[in-house]
Amino acid sequence: MKLVVKDAPHLRSDDSVRKIMIDVLIALAPAIAGAALFFGWYALFLCIFGAVVAELIEWFIVRVLRNQKEFKPDFSAAVTGALLAMNLPPTAPWWLLLIGLLVAIGVAKHAFGGIGQNIFNPALVGRVFLLISFPTLMTKWINPMMNFSRSPWDVMTSATPLGVLKQQGFSRAIDTFSYTDLFMGNIGGCIGETSALLLIIGFIYLLYKGRVSPIIPLSYIGTVFLFSGLFYFVNAQRFGTPLYHVLSGGLFLGALFMATDMVTSPMTLKGQAVFGVGCGLVTMIIRYFAGYPEGVSLAILLMNSVTPLIDRVFKPKVFGEVKT
Amino acid sequence: MRLLSFRGGIHPPEKKELAKESKLIYIDPPETVYVFLSNHAGAPAKCLVKENDSVKTGQVIGEPGGFISAYLHSPVTGVVKKIDKIYHPIQGRPMETVVIERTSQDEWQYLEHPDWENLSKEQLLEVVKKAGIVGLGGAMFPTHIKLNPPANKKIDTFIVNAAECEPYLTVDYRLMLERYHDLILGIKIVMKILQVQKAYIGIESNKTDVFNQLKSALDSEEIELKLLKTKYPQGAEKQLIYAITGRKVPVGGLPMDVGVVVQNVQTVIAIKEAVVDRKPLIQRAITVSGEGVNKPVNLIARIGTKIEELLQHAGGLKEETERVILGGPMTGIAINRVDIPIMKGTSGITALLKEKEYTQKACIRCTKCVVVCPMDLQPYLLYLLANKRKYDEAVEEGLLSCIECGSCAYVCPSKIDHVRAIKLAKKVYQALRGGKK
Repeated sequence: MKLVVKDAPHLRSDDSVRKIMIDVLIALAPAIAGAALFFGWYALFLCIFGAVVAELIEWFIVRVLRNQKEFKPDFSAAVTGALLAMNLPPTAPWWLLLIGLLVAIGVAKHAFGGIGQNIFNPALVGRVFLLISFPTLMTKWINPMMNFSRSPWDVMTSATPLGVLKQQGFSRAIDTFSYTDLFMGNIGGCIGETSALLLIIGFIYLLYKGRVSPIIPLSYIGTVFLFSGLFYFVNAQRFGTPLYHVLSGGLFLGALFMATDMVTSPMTLKGQAVFGVGCGLVTMIIRYFAGYPEGVSLAILLMNSVTPLIDRVFKPKVFGEVKT
Repeated sequence: MRLLSFRGGIHPPEKKELAKESKLIYIDPPETVYVFLSNHAGAPAKCLVKENDSVKTGQVIGEPGGFISAYLHSPVTGVVKKIDKIYHPIQGRPMETVVIERTSQDEWQYLEHPDWENLSKEQLLEVVKKAGIVGLGGAMFPTHIKLNPPANKKIDTFIVNAAECEPYLTVDYRLMLERYHDLILGIKIVMKILQVQKAYIGIESNKTDVFNQLKSALDSEEIELKLLKTKYPQGAEKQLIYAITGRKVPVGGLPMDVGVVVQNVQTVIAIKEAVVDRKPLIQRAITVSGEGVNKPVNLIARIGTKIEELLQHAGGLKEETERVILGGPMTGIAINRVDIPIMKGTSGITALLKEKEYTQKACIRCTKCVVVCPMDLQPYLLYLLANKRKYDEAVEEGLLSCIECGSCAYVCPSKIDHVRAIKLAKKVYQALRGGKK
């Protein structure tokens, strides 16, 4: 028998990156299933297409471009792919998603050095790239049709809750979309962003598995609520109610699954709280005062860029450190 | 009862059931013992014997070679065969070793001092020193120094570390179950040495049988039992002090800075044996466990017994055994040969089977290491800085506060070796600093 010498600790948990990513995929499943219900088979197809093709792109980069001997998928690319698909309108053509995936995996992830090295959330970079390059295709919304076999292209186009709010004011918006519709997901919007309920169910699974801390979602959504509450008193017709803002515009998808991306969010609880508050403030400033009706993607990307700074400033106090 | 604990920590598989039921067995002294002159932290002992000298069991064969050092005694009755150099698993190189061949049954040379009730604090300390007692939990720091803090440090609390949080190890558990009277008497002696009115025994909640037994045996208000949460590293000194007293040992400080002295269960029993039974430290209880041995056991063996002989008492190693570890699996040292002798601080031998294969991957910043670190450090950052050789920055981030418990590496989904990098960085930093502050 040959004895092996290694460094302590000699016990390791059986956790792995792959297990984390599989848990995230499981957590996304309810929202994807809901999308299939709301927007039909094509939405489901896009999510699966996104996950599979993202892995293929990563395989190509690792094996061919980087010339590495083996490629063991850790499914982080699949998570990115699924998230990007969930961030597209239900009418998005498949080639649009492919372009987005190439940008997300190729540029935002691997140009920075692969998993763990990227500064920006790859799925969001892909989405914002598409939003700027293909503004018409990226804003072609439809109403939920509750018909799995129907194709999305022969449905009348519609508007999103925030779009209506921005253009026609709050009284018109709340007539069109009730709070229940907003919460359940019975509204127009991106594939995976509409149902707060299903996203929360998925997130509870992640919490139960100990994969995330609830700090970022709480501080993010809390900030949006407080900030819009403030502006509600300034001009309710123009700015809308806090609840309306919390339930619309992909806030739940962003706060629960995009802002919490491990690689691009801060390491300490304090830092995460600051990160969430920052995301909330930027989101609302964009929604109120910028050209886009929605601000979640841009807000998270902006806060991604200050994550290293937040990590530097908000450090835990070492055990036994004396207050100075 | 509310369980006491600290922030952070992990729950590795306990694996205590393997050796838990095995009563302590006194094994026959081996034909030959190998006693390192460096059998404690600090300077090696100065050898007082030479080849062909006859020695008795308990006879002094080495005296302290510096301020931090300890006496050394012959574990058997026999003849000094030679002074050899043998591979020392902690120092990582061959070290001077006294090789003694046993010639007869034990003929004891006992310590000489009056009954302990009549001894002063100073005299008791001298007995502890003369008995060669060191920290038997693994650190091997000379106990007479730890029990004698400078006059400006006022000690008011004594804590017995009975957490035994390392997986697999069960010696302290067996000792507390079988020899709790010795433990209680030992505590009283230490309290007299420290002149404190309060002592605590901190026990993890997975040893409730011991807890209840000790509770009914305790006859003094001054010794209090504290039930601790079963969590690793509950037995780390600073975490234990915090759990029991709520005091935080300052960064770079020692337990005495918050008025506390901590000793391991077995050390306290060794003090009782020295003071009451007049026996110097020549043997210790040790767990031989792990999936890699056929019959996990708890043994009482002479210092200097070779590991291969102890393994025989545990039914030998299985063919599939891949790693043999001195101590427990979380902080122990892996060895690739079993012909080295045990030391005063060897609390266990853990034999593990082949590990599930894994490759180290890039950090995905999952924050798990930060969450579990009992010292509130950021292990991912220390790892990063150590690898970039930014040692000064690493020190600013608390490098020297790391207690090397391995919690971060245990939970890491990317299988990063934080502890290895941190240990290396500490060594390099201290070497570069050249002893200057």
